Amino acid sequence: MTATPGAAERQAPATLLRRILLQGKYEAGTMLRNGEQLILAVVLPLLALVGLTVTPLLDGLGSSRVNAAVPGILALCALSTAFTGQGIATGFDRRYGVLRFLSTTPLGRSGLIAGKVLAVLTVLALQVVVITVVALFLGWTPPAAGWLPGLALLVLGAAAFTALGLLVAGTVRPEATLAITNLLWILLGALGGIVIPADRLPALAQSVVHYLPSGALGEALREAFLVGTVNVGAAFILLIWTVLAGAAAIRWFKWN
Amino acid sequence: MLQVVSGVSLVAERGQVTALLGANGAGKTTTIECAQGLQRRSGGTISLLGQDPARAGADLRARVGVMLQDGGLPPSARPLPLLRHIAGMYARPRSVDALVERLGIDTFARTSVRRLSGGQKQRLALAAALIGNPEVLFLDEPSAGLDPQSRQLVFELIGELRDAGMGIILTTHLMDDAQRLADYVYIIDAGRNVAEGTVAQLLQRDPAVESGEHIRTLLFEAPAGLHLDGVLADAVSVSETRAGSYVATGPLTPQDLASLASWWAAHGVMPTSLSLEARSLEDVFLDISGKDIR
Repeated sequence: MTATPGAAERQAPATLLRRILLQGKYEAGTMLRNGEQLILAVVLPLLALVGLTVTPLLDGLGSSRVNAAVPGILALCALSTAFTGQGIATGFDRRYGVLRFLSTTPLGRSGLIAGKVLAVLTVLALQVVVITVVALFLGWTPPAAGWLPGLALLVLGAAAFTALGLLVAGTVRPEATLAITNLLWILLGALGGIVIPADRLPALAQSVVHYLPSGALGEALREAFLVGTVNVGAAFILLIWTVLAGAAAIRWFKWN
Repeated sequence: MLQVVSGVSLVAERGQVTALLGANGAGKTTTIECAQGLQRRSGGTISLLGQDPARAGADLRARVGVMLQDGGLPPSARPLPLLRHIAGMYARPRSVDALVERLGIDTFARTSVRRLSGGQKQRLALAAALIGNPEVLFLDEPSAGLDPQSRQLVFELIGELRDAGMGIILTTHLMDDAQRLADYVYIIDAGRNVAEGTVAQLLQRDPAVESGEHIRTLLFEAPAGLHLDGVLADAVSVSETRAGSYVATGPLTPQDLASLASWWAAHGVMPTSLSLEARSLEDVFLDISGKDIR
C-alpha cells in the first residue's frame, strides 16, 4: 500500500509451492464440505465394502471376503474422487468463470491444475484411511509387501482418472459432465472390473475390461493387496491412459 | 478463427482511468481478455507493463488485478475465507480486513456467494482484484448490478486508486460510467476503435461546436397545449412530448432563450421546471457508432 504502486515495493507472487499448497488445501476443503461429494467419496464405497463382505459375490477370490473386496473398494474411491467428484467440480467452476479468474491471479492455469491434483490426493488419502480402518475392523489382512505397490498404483490410477475427469469437464457443459461422470461411476464401478474382477463378468465384457483404466486399476490393486506383487501390464495400461487423457485435456480443454 | 477485433489500438497510462466504451458485442471484452492473457490473439501486439501477457508468468500476474464481467467467484465460497485464500497467492497482499471494511463486505463476510446480491458480488469481485495491490487494474463492466450506494462507493475507490498511481482500464456500455470515471475514452465499434479522447474532447467533436452553435436540449414543464410555433429560431424544433412537457432541440442561442422568456411573459405563463442539457457522451457515441440496433 505504497503511494506509488510499483515504485518502491513491486508486487510479487508467493512462491510456486505455496500457491499450489494453498490451492490444494482450499479445493480439498471445498470437496470435503460438499455433502454429495462425501456420499460419493466415502459413504457409497463403505456401503459397497459391507455389501461385498455379506454376499458371496467374490467368494473363492481371496482367503476371506473382506480381503477380496478391499482392493476394489480402494479403486472405487479413486474413481469417485479423481473422476466424478473432481470432474463435476471443475465443470461448474468453468461455468462460473472461476477457472478464468484464478488463472489471472499468480496461481495461473498450471498452478490451478496442480492444486486440483493435490486436492484429489488429499481426499484420496483420507478415503484410504477410513476404508482401511473399517476394513481392519472387518478382519482385513493385507500382505505387508502389498502396501507400497498398492498405494503407488492407486496414485497412478488417480492420475489417470483426474486426467479423464478434466478432459470431460473441459469439453462439455457442466450438466453433461454431471451426467457422464455419474453414469460412468455406476457403469465402471459395477461392470468396469473395479470391484468385480473381469473374469467374473460376462464373456463379452472381459476382453474390453482389461484395457479400461477401471479394469487395470482393479486388477493391479487386487494383485498388490492379495499377493503383494506388481501387475506390470496393468500399470502400463494406466500409464498410457494418463498420458493420452492428459494430452487430450491439454489440447481440448476450454477455459471458458 | 473468428475475427472479433481487428483494428483496436490503445494505450493506457498509470494514474489514469482509461475506458473502452462500446455497445454489447463491439469487442471490448475480447480486447481486454487478450490483454489479460485469457484469450489467445491471432495477431497484433500487446504490451502490459512491458511484457506480452500471452507469454507472461506469475510475476506479471501478481502486478495485474482483474475483475471479470461474470465475477468468477465459486458459488459455494464464503467471501472472507475466499479473499484470505486469494491474498495468500501474493508475497505482499493488502490487508484483507481493511479492504473488507472499505468495500462493506464485512456485513456478508460469511454468506455463501450464491446468496449474495448482484452488487455484493461485484464488490467482492473488486476486492478479489485489488487484494494483490496491483499496478494495473482491469474492470469489465464494473457497475453492472450495483445499487446507487455501492456504485458511489466503487466509483470513489476507483478515483482514489487512480490518484495513488494505479493504471485502470475499464470496459462499459454505460455512457454515464465513462463520463464520470474516465480520463481517456476509446469508443469501440464492430471490433475497431472509431474515436478516442478525453470526455471533453469527445464532446467537442460535434461539427456545430466550431461555428459556436452547440446542439442543446431545453426541457420545461408548463400548462399543456401552448402554441409555440415561430417563437424560436427555425433550426430549433419544439414539441410537447406529453401533456405539459416541452422539448426544444437544436443549436439554441441566447436569443432563443430571450424569445421564449418574452413569450412566457406576454402570455402569463410560469414554467414549473426548466432545464438546459448540453450534448452528452451518449449523443456523441450514437453519432459515431450509428443508431442501428445490432
